[in-house]
Amino acid sequence: MFKVGIPFAISLCMKTTLPHKSPKASDITLLKDRQLSVHETDGSPVEMTCGLASLAGAVSQRACVFCGSRVVLYPVADAVHIVHGPIGCAAYTWDIRGSLSSGPELHRLSFSTDLRERDVIYGGEKKLTAALLELIKEHKPNAAFIYSTCIVGIIGDDMEAVCRKVAAETGIPVLPVHSEGFKGSKKDGYSAACNALMRLVGTGDTSNIPLLSINILGDFNLAGEIWMIKEYYQRMGIEVIATVTGDGRVADIQRCHGASLNVVQCSGSMIHLAKAMEEKYGTPFLRVSYFGIEDMSRALYDVAEHFEDPELTNRAATLIKEEVSVVMPRLRELREKLKGKRAAVYTGGAFKAFSLVRSLRLLGMRTAIAGSQTGNKDDYKELAEICDPGTVLLDDTNPLELAKYIQEKNVDLFIGGVKERPIAYKLGVAFCDHNHERKIALAGFEGLLNFAEEVHASVNSPIWNLVPRRRNQEDAI
Amino acid sequence: MTPPAVKKEKAPSYASSCNACRQCTPLGACLAFKGIEGAVPFLHGSQGCATYIRRYLISHFREPIDIASSSFSEDSAIFGGERNFRRGIGNLTKQYSPRVIGVATTCLSETIGDDVPSFLRQIEKDVTESEDQPKLVHVSTPSYTGSHIDGFHEATRSVVKTFAVRGPVNNRLVIFPGMVSTEDLRSLKQDFNAFELHGILAPDYSDTMDGPAWESYHRMSPGGTPLSELALFGGAKAAIDFTHCVADKQLAGSYLQETFGIVRHRLPAPMGIEATDRWLELLSTLSGKEIPAHYQEQRGRLIDAVVDGHKYLSRVPVALFGEADHVLGLCAFLSGLGLEIRLVATGGKTKGFEEAVNNNLSGESTPEILNGVDFRDIERAVERLEPKLLVGNSKGYTLSRRKKLPLMRTGFPIHDRFGGQRLLHFGYAGAQRLLDELINTVITHRQAESDVGWTYI
Repeated sequence: MFKVGIPFAISLCMKTTLPHKSPKASDITLLKDRQLSVHETDGSPVEMTCGLASLAGAVSQRACVFCGSRVVLYPVADAVHIVHGPIGCAAYTWDIRGSLSSGPELHRLSFSTDLRERDVIYGGEKKLTAALLELIKEHKPNAAFIYSTCIVGIIGDDMEAVCRKVAAETGIPVLPVHSEGFKGSKKDGYSAACNALMRLVGTGDTSNIPLLSINILGDFNLAGEIWMIKEYYQRMGIEVIATVTGDGRVADIQRCHGASLNVVQCSGSMIHLAKAMEEKYGTPFLRVSYFGIEDMSRALYDVAEHFEDPELTNRAATLIKEEVSVVMPRLRELREKLKGKRAAVYTGGAFKAFSLVRSLRLLGMRTAIAGSQTGNKDDYKELAEICDPGTVLLDDTNPLELAKYIQEKNVDLFIGGVKERPIAYKLGVAFCDHNHERKIALAGFEGLLNFAEEVHASVNSPIWNLVPRRRNQEDAI
Repeated sequence: MTPPAVKKEKAPSYASSCNACRQCTPLGACLAFKGIEGAVPFLHGSQGCATYIRRYLISHFREPIDIASSSFSEDSAIFGGERNFRRGIGNLTKQYSPRVIGVATTCLSETIGDDVPSFLRQIEKDVTESEDQPKLVHVSTPSYTGSHIDGFHEATRSVVKTFAVRGPVNNRLVIFPGMVSTEDLRSLKQDFNAFELHGILAPDYSDTMDGPAWESYHRMSPGGTPLSELALFGGAKAAIDFTHCVADKQLAGSYLQETFGIVRHRLPAPMGIEATDRWLELLSTLSGKEIPAHYQEQRGRLIDAVVDGHKYLSRVPVALFGEADHVLGLCAFLSGLGLEIRLVATGGKTKGFEEAVNNNLSGESTPEILNGVDFRDIERAVERLEPKLLVGNSKGYTLSRRKKLPLMRTGFPIHDRFGGQRLLHFGYAGAQRLLDELINTVITHRQAESDVGWTYI
């Protein structure tokens, strides 16, 4: 299974290494409990250990249950989002995602009950009730989401009761999100968020919803991506009922069970909602990705095929042809400049990693490291299939493992989020943010072009000639 | 200096907080630990605390910041976190070979009543006589009390408590600078050199949080207060706490004074002209040396620039917000430049803040003073008081955008400008930089607001 690095016995001896000496890549060894979560592809069957709680002391790149819920529900723009807990959880998630709204922007305000010592002792229910009432009065939201944090799970506030009471008093849905940080991993936070959404689904009027209708699940409208995707489907003649949750609105979610199909991206975060809707309302779902030409095209064709309407398929084909012809000339030029470069990919959900591997290949690049925070066994099997032999797969990795393989595989580019960025930069590796903070749309056909331009701008920058690791490599050659 | 009229502190009137003007206690502790040689911060609680704080600090410092966690599960919350704690310390030790692990608690581990000091004693008992075993430092930082500033000072104090030993008097001058920028830390070191003093900063993250590009990956960023130096703190010639607002019981210098009888000075950080004068005078006294000529030259140029620029700033109404000691420094400097301070606000509830602000004002400012508030309170006050300029950290950007007011960024965090981690605030050079940026912020805004398109302002 574990084929790279030094055996564990040696890793124990590592203690004697002077801590401030800069270690070579091969000096970084894997913890015993991490070895089965790392795999170098060589055609043999992949059995990765994944989906577990993060290993204590391993410096995981993951956050917590609360984080999972917060990122999923965050873009619902006409609801107030109240973090029930001490100030940190709210402070660190204030305006953290670039999820755009075409209308209200309540989601960009950071509300918290800011629990203090006395609340911890006497309970926070009163404070929560007062907070809810004042915020609903002031902001007139269409719903309120209340996120419980670690401490609420301990002091035992009855969030359900508070929410019921306030809902009755204010007449809007007040939804508890059971997202205590320690109750599982980020993935469990996704489920908690979907459970909260399920309380909204089915409460709205579904009249006037046409047969050719879908919901877009699992896109968060970073840099306006959901508007691009929505426009594609509309051009095919399909009505989008709800976007969940990018540019999300409470009323749309309430009636989204009237749509004929759920189209689910970022399957990790929203598959739970899709399954619940299938079970309760019989709404079928499709899993798609909007990153890269192949996956974007498939997302349109699959929806067309679902409706078994050849006319829809024709329209999808026309659309794809038009869009691809716009971006292809420049993509070909960029491919020439990027050919042969090696990339590392580390994402939240594994689905995005698949798309990135395929997109990088289209650009002539090779993926040398691929991993995710929340992938499952099947995801890693698929990842192994689509990657070249010798690719290192990582589940729930950490800075030292990333640094080890960045150096061993000598990658030219790292695709990840804010926490991975300084690791790449310190080692003189180009970077592309494919996470919450990006401001450039990477989905859809034009998104792939943006992606390629961004990768080119970083990978082929002359600054890498200045950085010590790269410079020394050139000296060695 | 005319004594300003005292204005009543306004109590926040909401049950909820909206757009916090502070961060939580463990964040400050993590940053303090990052300034100790060979140290890795470790948060005893849920995985998210470590990751959120990493992300937040990375957005300001743009450096790798590894923070370990005991990654609580439901079981740990019910049966106690000792198992995960021990496992976490073990794994961290194996992977990083740290010299120090800085353990800070979180609201979760504090609330379930984990006795972390006893966990530490147990671990130290179990692994005896191993030189490679890292030293464990513990600080209690439940996030439902205080702010990141409390966490920072208390973690610093814990480090000093752990490492300082009684010894013969040495020539060290020990400075506890507080949560300041990496460039501020470097400027203090230049000051020591100028006075030929053996000054030591604790913590010192000037290299660990603002270091060069690497040839290969470092488990721990090089730099930090050397452990060998920390041991000598018990015999230091003098100790200095840079703070006006933090209580003595939280301060490391105060601990050295109480425990080892070390002469301790407590003074505001050298922000602005007067505070820098005081600081240099103290260094002069401690070193027995005259203030070197280049400081006089800097000061001379600064005063000249103040005169050249005063009309841009005179009577400009301004609102200040951020960490208490930082805004006090701004308050003293900016009021002395002739700006009209209309609002002074801080997020952490700070004892004696109102009085401190009033004691740090010159000119005719009679600001409204807000203590323990969020940006919703600050925005209300801004609506009432109509300042024309905001000075504070990046978290004021939302307010600045909504009210169409220019924001000059200082302090922490700076998430929406480049180089925030190395902004210089200290010394005459820092005052010069602040002055230039203040004036340019005013000019830029004036130019942008004007239809004329002034080419000379």
